[in-house]
Order: sequence, then C-alpha cells, then structure tokens
Amino acid sequence: MLDQNAFDLRKYISRNPQSVAVWIALIVLIAFGLMRYDNFGSAYNITSFLNYNAMFIAISVGMCFVILTGGIDLSVGSVAAFTSVVAAYLSPYGIEVAMPLAILSGVAFGLFNAICIVYLRIPPFITTLATMLGAKGGSLVISGAQTISVDWGSNFTKLGMEKAFDVVPWTIVLVAILVVALWIVLEMTSIGRTILAVGGGEDASVMMGLKVNRAKIFAYALSGGCAGLAGVFLASGFGAGQPLEGVGWELSAIASVVVGGTLLTGGLGSIPATVAGALLLGLVFNILNFENGKGWISFSAYWQMVIRGAFLFAVILFQTRVMNRNTVVGQG
Amino acid sequence: MTSLTSEEPMRTDFTNRLKQHGGLVALAVILIFNILVTPNFLQAQTLAVNISQVATIAIVAMGMTLVIATGGIDLSVGAVMALSGALAPLIFLSDFGTTYPVLGLLAALFFPLVAALVCGLFNGAIVAVLKVQPIIATLILFISGRGIAQVLTNGNLQTFSNPEFSYLGTGKILGFPFQGWLAIAIACLLFWLVNRTIFGRYLLAIGGNERAAKLSGGPVRRVKIGAYVICSVLSGLAGLIVVAINSASDAARNGNLMELDAIAAAVVGGALLQGGKAPIFGAILGAVIIQLVKYTLLANGVEDEVALIAKAVIILAAVYIQQARKE
Repeated sequence: MLDQNAFDLRKYISRNPQSVAVWIALIVLIAFGLMRYDNFGSAYNITSFLNYNAMFIAISVGMCFVILTGGIDLSVGSVAAFTSVVAAYLSPYGIEVAMPLAILSGVAFGLFNAICIVYLRIPPFITTLATMLGAKGGSLVISGAQTISVDWGSNFTKLGMEKAFDVVPWTIVLVAILVVALWIVLEMTSIGRTILAVGGGEDASVMMGLKVNRAKIFAYALSGGCAGLAGVFLASGFGAGQPLEGVGWELSAIASVVVGGTLLTGGLGSIPATVAGALLLGLVFNILNFENGKGWISFSAYWQMVIRGAFLFAVILFQTRVMNRNTVVGQG
Repeated sequence: MTSLTSEEPMRTDFTNRLKQHGGLVALAVILIFNILVTPNFLQAQTLAVNISQVATIAIVAMGMTLVIATGGIDLSVGAVMALSGALAPLIFLSDFGTTYPVLGLLAALFFPLVAALVCGLFNGAIVAVLKVQPIIATLILFISGRGIAQVLTNGNLQTFSNPEFSYLGTGKILGFPFQGWLAIAIACLLFWLVNRTIFGRYLLAIGGNERAAKLSGGPVRRVKIGAYVICSVLSGLAGLIVVAINSASDAARNGNLMELDAIAAAVVGGALLQGGKAPIFGAILGAVIIQLVKYTLLANGVEDEVALIAKAVIILAAVYIQQARKE
C-alpha cells in the first residue's frame, strides 16, 4: 500500500534516525506499565486512553505538517475550542451536518493563517498567535463564554460514546483513518514530498519549480482541519462545546511532534513517530494515575505537571545525546 | 534602515516615515480617540490604573525583547512569575519571616529573584549549550514551572497583609505608581546595556548572524544565557509586583498568558522575531498600546472577548507594517 521503505525497519531508521528515541521510550514505558500494573493492558484502559488522546493525536499530526514546512501553528488549541462550540450548536442537525461544518470552520482558520503567512509574509509564529487570540475571542463571543451542551437526541453523541461494530470507539476509528491517510499523503503524494522539500530548503524548492505556496497553504489548512476534528471529538466526548478548553494544546502538540523527532526547522520527520510522541506524553499521565491508584505516594495534578516537564526534558536530552548534536533538535 | 535617494518621490518618503513611527502614530490615534470619547479618561486615577497595569507587562516585555534579539523566544515567563510570586509570601509568612520582619522582607525579595535567575540559567543552558530550539527549551519550564509553584503552595491561594512588601505594587512616588518608575529605571538600564556595552553589541550581533558573531570570537554562549537570565529575573520581579498589588498569591493565575502579552508587546514595539534588534523603549510602547486598546474597549462597554480579537488585529497589523518596511 505504502512505498515499501516505510515498512522496512532498517530503512525507516536510516531515514528517520531522530525518531528512534521516541520508539524506545514508548516501548520501555509500555513494558514498565504492563509489568507494574494489573489493569494496564486491559481493553478498558487501552480504549479509554486512546479515546481521550485522540484529540491530541489529531492536532499533533496536523501540526507535524506545518512544522515540516518550517512553520508553527499556535492557534490549534483555540481553534479546537471554537469548533467544539460550532459542533455543539449544530449537533441537533445530526453528525452528518455538525462534523463537516465544524471541520470546515477549522479549515477556514487555517486558510486565514496561510493567507497571512504566504501572501502577507507575516511570520507564522505571529500570525498563528494572533489567530489564537482571535479564535479564542470568537468562541467566547458566539458561546457567551458558556459551555454549550450537545443535543442528546441527535446521533452526534454516537461519535464519542458508541463503538464501531461493537469493538472500537468511533473516535479511535476516525483518528486511525486520519493518521494513515496523512501518512500516505506525506510519503506518497507530490504535495507531501513538496512539504518535506520546503522544510529542507525553501529557496532551493522554489528554484526547482515546486509549488511551495500551495504546499504551505495545504499544511496550514490541514492543521486547522485537524484542530476542527479535535474540536468535534471534544464536543462529542464531553457532551458539550467548550469555549474555555484548548489552553496549552498547541504546546502539547508541538511537544509531541518534537518528541517524535521532527526537526523544528522542518524537512525531516514522520507521521507515525509524531503519533508515538503524542502517545508517549499521554502515557506519562496514564502511568502517574495508575501510580496514584497504588496508594504509595500520590502525585497531585501539580506534581504531574512537574513530572511531565521533567519527562519532556529527559526525552530532549536523550535525543541530543544519542544523535549527532547539531542535527537533532539543534538549530543546525 | 533603508536610506532614501533623492529621486524617490516625496510621497514614499512620507509613507516610510509613517511606517518608521507606526507605533507612535497608533498611540497618538488611541489617545486622541480616548480623550474625545472615553469618559473620565483624563484623570489621575485612570492614569494610575493604566500605569500599574502596563508596568508588569512592560517589565516582562523588555526582557523578552532581549531574548528575541538573540533570535530566541521565552515561553516560560508566566510560569516564572507564578514561581517567584508563590515563593515571596512563603518566605515572609514563615516562622523566620515573622520573627525577623526586616530580614524576612529582604529574603522575600531576594530568594524569589534567585529562583527566577536559576530558571533563566536553565533555559539559557538548554538553548546555548545543548542547542535545543528556544521554543522547545522554554516549553519545559512553561509546563513544569507553574506546577512547581503549585506544589510549593499546595495549590492554595496565599493571602497576606504586609504593607512594606505591598509597596512594590501599590506605592506611589510623586503621585505615580512605584512600579511605573521601576519600569522606567529598568528601561534606562537595559537601554544602556544594549547600546553601550559589549554585551549589547554581541546580543545584536548574535541575532543578526550567529555564525559570524561566533567566528569573530564573541562569547555567544554567555551572551545568550545572559539574555535568558535577565528575561527570567525581570519576570520574577513582575511576579512579585503582581502578588504585591493583589496582597495575595495565586500560583494558578499569576502570570497566566503573560508570555503572549510580552511577545506581542515586544513585537508591536518593533522587535524582529529573527533577531538582531532590541528596541527597549519600543517594548514599553508596545505594552502601552496593548494596554490602552484593552482599556479603551472595556471603558466603552465592549466585552473582554472582543478585546482579544482587537488585540489579534493589532498584532497582525503591527507586524505587517514592519514587514512592509523591511522589503
């Protein structure tokens, strides 16, 4: 299905050497969890873990595309909050109306970002910072700063609550489809290759006649759309549109992408490693919760923040040490 | 900037000048609008409120300007504010602090700033020594710094009554808030540092071209670390001021979203994200503009949420004008 290299482990490593750390860390953490906690590998824990982290996976893979172009998208958290409100308002019309329109509203924010960045030449950091404020203001205005409850009579709630074919929750199915689709787009399509090339060297890509602008617009629109999907998950999972949610999500997503070994300067990175990065950061929380359940010491929410930061630090240290210093998370 | 040749028509000359001083023009427009429209704008009380609000943002924004001048960014400023703000009451409310009030007060000013300095060293070391991207390096403290503050205080709101400490936030000299004077003093000091010292010269050189600065024998590492340390210490100071204004320390809210305000103020004030410029007084101008817009909207009955959108528009417009000026 994909080009064969993606499945050849040795070639994968040689093409994505920087993502080895995240896979090792993920395997170690899962092994630790399986050995230490009885219910860690239970179907319940796995599905609820994936269900909760689906939002973060969605925005992380979108963010990966943006970062690969050498940009950044700080607006995803606010956009997800905005689209969760949109989805909640449209939920009475059913999922077939609410979901596409909510995602489209996310795409609209992404297109706005792209226009400012590509045509007005405003730096991505500033553009998406402004969009973050604008989307937050917008979602507070349309919701009156209230949570907007989802219509329980409609089929919208199915997404967060029910399982596809009685096995896997719909949220997980959707996010899995998204991940595979984006993996294919990045590795196999011309626009994906252009995105990788842009991050590797924008001027060279322009000279080679690649459609750089189109690739960048695609990346930001995609990131907005992924944030839109995360907003739909948020509304369906919690049964309400949440204008105040999403604070700090952009930084979690950036952390996932970076922990997955994608260079912030662009050009080098992979979708599966980004998913692994998101799962890894989520797993730290999951394990701390299990540890609390053991009753030895309890990690308050405050300690969890400290440990999460320390963990991010450890992974970054590991990456810089294991790999050639200047090519990993360095500024080159 | 670009020198104009005599052949260029007067119109370009005029627009260029307008762009050079876009910030001042914007400030003038906002001021005139307020004087005409906003009730009670020209009163000492309004002025004092705005100065005390703007001083904290300006102090952090000036530190951010130094970091941005090196081509970096510091996302941890809000977390550092929370940390230093949580430490101060812990110290002067402790047994030691209540037994020796004077020593306790001095310690409550000193140790939080030391803690902030350590945070700055941490950020600087990761950026300059490990060569991690600034946004990621400072993300670590952004995530865990507030957590440390909340662990220290158990997440509790600490309230206190300590007039000497509160002077930092509520005191007045010649009728103007103390922190306003403090911000101006810091601005003068930093202006001297940037424009008259070797540290300042290398600071700008690093942002302009890091490799060149390094090859010419500049102490690139130390200067970079220095920028992060100054930024952190100023954030720590801002954290103390906020705590002093409120006579209460809330680790969850102190400095929340300050990184955005500080970056916005620095950028509106003329800092270039790719580095190489450190407009210290520009940062104050940016902070004033952002604060005044917020005040204008609120005083005229526009809701808080809409003010966010206005802020977004200002940031985009300011940077677009800068960008146009460069090309």
